[in-house]
Amino acid sequence: MADESIQNGDSQISNDDITMAEPEALPSASNGADVEEKKEVKLEDLFADVDSDDEEFPSSRPQETQPSSSPTAAPGSPIDTGISLKASDPEILRSFYQRLFPWRHLFQWLNHSPTPTNDFAHREFALTLQNDVWRRYMSYPTSDLMRKEMLNLLPSRIEIGPVYTTNPRDRKTVRNASAFKPIAKELCFDIDLTDYDDIRTCCDKANICQKCWRFMNMAVKVVDAALREDFGFKHIMWVYSGRRGIHAWVCDKKVRTMDDQKRRAVANYLEVIKGGAQGGKKVNLRRPLHPHISRSLDLLAPYFQTDVLATQDPWRDEERAAHLLTLLPDRPLTTALQNKWDASPERSSAAKWADIDAVAKSGASKSLDARQLLEAKQDIVLEYTYPRLDIEVSKKLNHLLKSPFVIHPGTGRVCVPIDPRRLEDFDPLAVPTVQELLAEIDEWKDQEGGDDVKEEDAEIRKEDGVPAAKRSNIQDWEKTSLKPYVEYFRSFVLALMKDERDSKVKREREEADGMEF
Amino acid sequence: MLRQDFNRIDPKRRNVVDHRKKQFADPGYKETAYPHRLNFYAVPPTADITLEQFEQWAIDRLRVLAELEACSFRNKTPAETAAHMKPLLEKYLPLDSNSSSSSKLSAERQKDHYSHFILRLAFASTEDLRRRFTRVETMLFRLRLNDESTLAKERNAFVQSLNLEWDPINDEERREYASELAALTGFRKGVQEEENWFKVDWDRVPDLVEGRRVFLRAGKAYVPSRESTSMVIAELTPILDHLSKNFITPDASYSSSTSSVPGADISAKNVDALSSSFPACMQHLHRSLRRDAHLKHFGRLQYTLFLKGLGLNLEECLIFWRTSFHKITDDTFNKEYRYNVRHAYGDVGGDSIRRGGGYSPFSCQKILTEHPPGPGEAHGCPYRHFNLENLTALLQQVGIADRSVLQGVKEDKEAQKFHMACNRVFEHVHKNEIKRAKDDGIMTSAQLETIVHPNEYFKRSYLLKNLGKGGQDVKMEES
Repeated sequence: MADESIQNGDSQISNDDITMAEPEALPSASNGADVEEKKEVKLEDLFADVDSDDEEFPSSRPQETQPSSSPTAAPGSPIDTGISLKASDPEILRSFYQRLFPWRHLFQWLNHSPTPTNDFAHREFALTLQNDVWRRYMSYPTSDLMRKEMLNLLPSRIEIGPVYTTNPRDRKTVRNASAFKPIAKELCFDIDLTDYDDIRTCCDKANICQKCWRFMNMAVKVVDAALREDFGFKHIMWVYSGRRGIHAWVCDKKVRTMDDQKRRAVANYLEVIKGGAQGGKKVNLRRPLHPHISRSLDLLAPYFQTDVLATQDPWRDEERAAHLLTLLPDRPLTTALQNKWDASPERSSAAKWADIDAVAKSGASKSLDARQLLEAKQDIVLEYTYPRLDIEVSKKLNHLLKSPFVIHPGTGRVCVPIDPRRLEDFDPLAVPTVQELLAEIDEWKDQEGGDDVKEEDAEIRKEDGVPAAKRSNIQDWEKTSLKPYVEYFRSFVLALMKDERDSKVKREREEADGMEF
Repeated sequence: MLRQDFNRIDPKRRNVVDHRKKQFADPGYKETAYPHRLNFYAVPPTADITLEQFEQWAIDRLRVLAELEACSFRNKTPAETAAHMKPLLEKYLPLDSNSSSSSKLSAERQKDHYSHFILRLAFASTEDLRRRFTRVETMLFRLRLNDESTLAKERNAFVQSLNLEWDPINDEERREYASELAALTGFRKGVQEEENWFKVDWDRVPDLVEGRRVFLRAGKAYVPSRESTSMVIAELTPILDHLSKNFITPDASYSSSTSSVPGADISAKNVDALSSSFPACMQHLHRSLRRDAHLKHFGRLQYTLFLKGLGLNLEECLIFWRTSFHKITDDTFNKEYRYNVRHAYGDVGGDSIRRGGGYSPFSCQKILTEHPPGPGEAHGCPYRHFNLENLTALLQQVGIADRSVLQGVKEDKEAQKFHMACNRVFEHVHKNEIKRAKDDGIMTSAQLETIVHPNEYFKRSYLLKNLGKGGQDVKMEES
C-alpha cells in the first residue's frame, strides 16, 4: 500500500521537472566508496563541523510523535505505517524527498540560471547516510539526478560546500593536486543560542523557547543591516537551522568569489563579543563608536528594555548580578550598588539597571566619571544583545553548511528560510515537522476538489516564466504549511537569477563595446 | 615562478600591461631605474650580478627580516621596533632618500630590489614560508614607509607613482556622512575638516574593514588619508602573496624525538599525574575537561596535539578522550569524536596528512595569534585570553601564591609579554630544580632559554622534577 502512494508522488514530481535532461545513469553514484570519501577532509573543518552540529547535545525533548493525526491519516499513505516514526526514518525521508523537498529551486539557487552550469555541477555536497557514514565530494549535473540519488541514498543530512575548479567526483584524476581547489561559495554566518547560555535565563544547551529566540531576532536585525547598508550585499537568505540557531547565506556574485582574507574581514568587522569563558569583559570598543556599532546600539536598545531586562531578567540571580558589577567602573559606585542590592534581594533586573543611574546621581561616588559610566553601560547593552557569531563558519571559503529545507533529525523540523522583513512573525516552535507535513498532504487529499486553486496556481507559474503546460495537478508542498517557505525561497532565487542574468548581459555588452576599438 | 598577472587587481586598471611587455617593450637592454626610495617589487630584476653579491645581499636582508620577526614575537611597539631596527637597517640594508647627499642611492636601491627577489625565491617552497615572508616583508615595508626621514613629499610622489586610483570624496558626501566620518577621526575635533578622505571598494582595504578603521556605505570604504599606509600595504600584500602556489607540502610534524621524555609513563591513565608539569594553557584545558567532561572543538584540537607531542600514542589518546567524555555514549563518541582524534594523528585523512603524520602540536605563537577563544571555549593562552582576575585565580589554583610572581605576571600581561609571564611562572615553580641543574652543570643555559612551545614546557618541567630519580637515564639531550 505504501508503495502505491510513493509511485504516485514520484510521477507527479517528475512530470513537473521534465524540462530537465532525462536522467542518465549516474557516474559512480553508489559505488560504495564510503570510507574512502573521507580522505581529503581538513582537520579544522572537521572539528568545527562537529560543534556547529545541531546534534552534539542530545535532544532533551521527546522525539516528535504524531499525537492526533493517527485517526485521520488516510489509509494507504506512508504515514499510517509510521505514526511514531522518527524524523530520520528512511520511509519518512523518502516521502519527504519525493514529495516535498524543493529540488528545482535548490538547483536554481546554486546554479544561478535555469540551464545547468558548472556552478551547480562542480558544487560539493556532503551527505550523512542512514548508517551514519559521512560522504563528501558528491556532485550532480542536474536537479533531477540529484533528486534521484537522494531518493536512493536517503541521507539524513545534506551539507553544501564550495564550487571547485573541476568536478569534485573527478578530484583524484586531475594531474596535480593544486588543480583541484575551491573557487566560490556563498558567505555564510552561523548563530547559535548555546553561545548565549551565560546571558539567557529561560533555557540552556540545545533548548530554546520564544523568549530566548528573541536573541535571534536581534542578531538578524543587526547583521542584516550591516551586510546590506555597509557592504551593499543584496541577496541574503536567513535559514532556521532546525533547532536552536540560524544561518545566513549571502549569495551575491561578487561575494561568492571572495577569498578567505576578505571573508575574515567581514566576519571580524561584525564581531564585537570577544573572549572565552574566562575572558571577563567581553565588549571592548574604541570611542567614539564606529558607525556600525552606533547603528547596532540604536537597533538593539528597544530589545534590551523588553526582551533582556523584563523577560530574561538576567541579574535577579545574585551571582549574575555580581557579573554586572564587574562590568561597571568606579569602586565606590559598585560598592554602593552592592549594598543596596544586598539589602533587597529579589530585586528585578530592570530595577537594578535603573539603580545604576540613580546611585550615580545621588553622589555616592566622588570619583565617578559620567562619560566612563555611559560607555560602560553601552558595553553592557551590547554584551547582552549583540549577535554572537560562530565566526569560523564565515572565515573559510571551503566550510560546509547544512542545506536549507533538510530535516533536523532531532526535532523533525524543516530548515526553512526566514523572511527578514517578517522576522517578528517567525516562531521556531511553529515550524512544521516532517511528520506534520506528511499528514497535511493526506488531509488535503481528503478535501480535494478545489479546482479554483489549481487555476490560480497555474497563473502564478506562468508569471514566473515557469512552464505550466505539463502540470495536471498541484504539487504536494503546496498542500502543506511548507508552502509559504517554498514560495519565499522561490522569490529569493528568482531575484538572484534575474540579477545574475542582467549582469551577464551587461558584461557581454561591455565586452562587445571593447572589441570595437 | 615570478610571473605576475597584473590584471588580477582590478578590471578598471586594465591599462596596466603585462610587465614583460612593458619591461621588454624596448628592444635594447636598459638598466632598471630607481626613481623612488621605496620599491613596490612589481618588476623582477634583469641585470647580472656576481655570485658573491647574490649570496651576500640575501644574507644581509635575511638578517634584517629575522630581527624584525623577533621584534614582533616580543610584542614590541612600532616605535620600539623602529628604534631597534635603525642601526641594523643602516648597516645591512641602507636606503637613503632622494634628498640625502648619498652617492650610493642607486646601488642601495639595487641591493634592496635584488635581495627581495632572491629571498622571494628562497621562501617560495612552502605555504608556511610564503606566509612568513609576506608578513615580515610587509612589516619592513611599513617601517620604511612610516620612516620619519622620508619627506612627505617624497612619500606622496611614491604613492602617486603606484597609480592606485583612489577617488577623493566630494563635498556632498562629506556633508551627508559628516557625523559618521567624525566618529572615525576620533577625539581630535575639528581635524576632520582638513582631513582628506578617499573612497574605494571595500575589498581593496580588507585590513581596515576588519579593524573597523573605515566608514562603510553601500560597498564603498571611506578611508581617511592617514590610513593611506594601510592602503598602500593592502596593495602590496597580494603582490607578495602571488608567489607560486605549486609547492604545497604538509605541515612539518613536530618530531617526537625532540619532545618525548625517556622513562616517563605516557599513558591515558597517567595524564592526570603528568598534568602538574603542563603549562597553564594545557592545565586549564585539562581542568575544564575534568569539570565538564567535554571540550569544544579548538580545545580538543589544541589538547589532542599537545598530548600527541608528549608521546601519547593514538590508541592511548583515544582511550583518554573516551574516558574523559564520560557523559556520552560509545555511539556518540564514535560518531562525533573518534575520527577527529585519528585525523589529528594522521591515521585517516588525505595523502598529505597521512604522510606528514597528522598535524604538529601548536606553538605558543600559534596559540597566541590564531583562533582566539569565543564564548564557552577553553583553549588559547590564559596569559593573553583571560582577564587578570581569572588568570590570577587559575594560577592560584595550580599553587602559585607568591605575591611577587603574581605581580610580575600582571606586569607582563599589561606589556603584552605573554610568554614572559609563562616563563616567569615556570622559573618560579622550578626554581630549586633549576638552581640544582645549573650548579651541577646538568643543564647548560642554552637549554634553559625562553620557552616558546607548550611541549617544550612540559619536557623541561618533567626532566627538572625528575633530576634525582633514575640517575643518568634522564640526562638532557640537546634540544
